Amino acid sequence: MDEKVLLTGNIAAAEGALYAGCRHYFGYPITPQSDVVEYFSAKLPQMGGEFVQSESECTSINMLYGAAACGIRAMTSTSSPGFSLMQEGISHIAAAELPCVIMHVQRGGPGSGSTQTAQMDYNQVVKGGGHGEYRLIVLAPDSVQEIFDFVQLGFYLAEKYRNPALVLTDAIIGQMKEDVELRTIDFGPTPEDRSWALKIHRSPKGKSANVHSAVGIVGIYNEWLARTNEKYENIKRDEVRFQSMFMEDAELAIVAYGSSGRAAKGACKLAREEGLKVGVLRPITLWPFPQPQIEELASRVKKILVVEDNLGQMVEDVRGAVEGRAEVHFMGVFSRHMPDCNGMIFPDTILEEVKKLL
Amino acid sequence: MSGEDERKLICDTPDCINNTLLPTCPGCLHGVVARCVCEAIDDLGIQENAIGVVGVGCHAMTAGAVEVDTISTAHGRAPGVATGIKRAYYGEAIVFTFQGDGDLGAIGLGDVLNAVNRGEKLTTIFFNNAGYGNTGGQMGPTTIEGQVTTTSPYGRDPAQSGFPLHMAEMMASLRGCAYSARVGINNLKNYAGARKAVKAAFQKQMDNIGYGFVEFLCTCPPGWKKKPDEAFHWMEKAMMEEYQLGEFKNVDEIT
Ligand SMILES: Cc1ncc(C[n+]2csc(CCOP(=O)(O)OP(=O)(O)O)c2C)c(N)n1
Ligand code: SF4
Repeated sequence: MDEKVLLTGNIAAAEGALYAGCRHYFGYPITPQSDVVEYFSAKLPQMGGEFVQSESECTSINMLYGAAACGIRAMTSTSSPGFSLMQEGISHIAAAELPCVIMHVQRGGPGSGSTQTAQMDYNQVVKGGGHGEYRLIVLAPDSVQEIFDFVQLGFYLAEKYRNPALVLTDAIIGQMKEDVELRTIDFGPTPEDRSWALKIHRSPKGKSANVHSAVGIVGIYNEWLARTNEKYENIKRDEVRFQSMFMEDAELAIVAYGSSGRAAKGACKLAREEGLKVGVLRPITLWPFPQPQIEELASRVKKILVVEDNLGQMVEDVRGAVEGRAEVHFMGVFSRHMPDCNGMIFPDTILEEVKKLL
Repeated sequence: MSGEDERKLICDTPDCINNTLLPTCPGCLHGVVARCVCEAIDDLGIQENAIGVVGVGCHAMTAGAVEVDTISTAHGRAPGVATGIKRAYYGEAIVFTFQGDGDLGAIGLGDVLNAVNRGEKLTTIFFNNAGYGNTGGQMGPTTIEGQVTTTSPYGRDPAQSGFPLHMAEMMASLRGCAYSARVGINNLKNYAGARKAVKAAFQKQMDNIGYGFVEFLCTCPPGWKKKPDEAFHWMEKAMMEEYQLGEFKNVDEIT
């Protein structure tokens, strides 16, 4: 049995990166993830790594762009307003097809919003937020252990597909503490070809590497579109991940991710104790979205309750998958236990809603 | 007829140049800057470790002529990307940026100031052609007072749009900067000085001292709505009057 330690979600993310062999981090302080920046600033110099505190998230993501272009494992993290500033860089990294990991610890928006928890950046993260056609592989953990594991998984998937991966958390799971088993996870080999990366000790006779994001200016646009489209289709086919709980005989399914997914699981257990036939489908990959699984679900249950800490974003994707074959209900930010930014959606509140629907 | 042995090679192609045809306009000096950088790279023997980072603008196209690994970035973001590369190789790569006056002086000013202030060991080649070439001759931060451009059709008016930005002097004022110069490439003497300046700026990086910055005065005939020869003379007169050539900083330690 490997060592178990008590960590916050944010620090677990940093440890996950270190266990994945990442030795380069670029970041800028913002609540509720400043502790990640602080942690790397202390750890990396001791481990022979490089830490740079950038002057903005705009520059963090560009530093990451440069490091990722060298084919090494590198990471940045931020929270909502900072994530907005990263959109330009993310679009370029996706265009250049570089592997890297971004962690986004959501807080409330828009504007400076709040410094407390929310899940209001689903659309921005999942649908792109920068310009042009691109996708991020989005992993949504709901526990500190999963944060640790998914940062490692993010590096693996990013390298497998040469595509940026994003770990989406929020202030609740980023700041809470749980036991974490620390170990390096072996997901299998990643592509060996590194010819695309910027290099040193290069033979001047050899072909130079040219990493570029000007996909339609330097390269042939349709080739890029076709190649990345095929890549995205492969990811959709092979990489959907989700957790399913008590779904065998469920009459009502709750669909929720991240901290809301955790609350939904709590509600589901309470419901089962009372003999109510409730199940949970928790998307783990938000892109690729578990659309086929939800499609299938719609033919088995009459009602689906989507819970997310916002005004209704993922619910649109659920409705799209269900296509009217089941009733889709929504529970969001107005179901928090307090009517301000400190509020949270608790399992009991979800249970009450479930009872009303059954 | 004179015999073959009487002919002397006085100027060869740099090793580091590749024979890409540059899509620059007649009378554009950007390609000359690229050649000058290639010669400096050859002189210093750093081709195998050199990595070029380009911004967005015509200057970016000229990097295609330098036979090293390159990366293109978003407009103005080259210094951050260069920092990531430099750190990725723990200082071993020789990383330089190619940036125009719009790219570096306007949209990317914060990026470069912070990179220099961090004392990054990088080299920036700055193309000052008094405006935006690539987008068709709009006003830039380096456009001189009274200069007519497509977005200052009545001439740049300082009361309305400020003053020409003197980047080389500004860089020199930052403590992280080890070398800063403004050079011309309008005659052989100045060209030789420019080559020396680029070498000196690279040397500061190779010796792990600090940031090196070289500003080149360039031309943009179509952007300025001038014929190539008129543009060349206007650069020599109006631009060189505003932007004095010279070395503004050359230190062996940043403090
Ligand atoms: C974010 C963004 N804004 C605007 C542009 C459009 N744009 C392309 S090149 C350029 C200006 C280039 O001027 P400069 O940097 O001086 O380079 P030059 O073409 O003169 O060499 C602009 C504004 C862009 N590509 N990206
Ligand atoms: S538009 Fe101006 S800067 Fe661009 S290539 Fe032509 S002359 Fe050079």
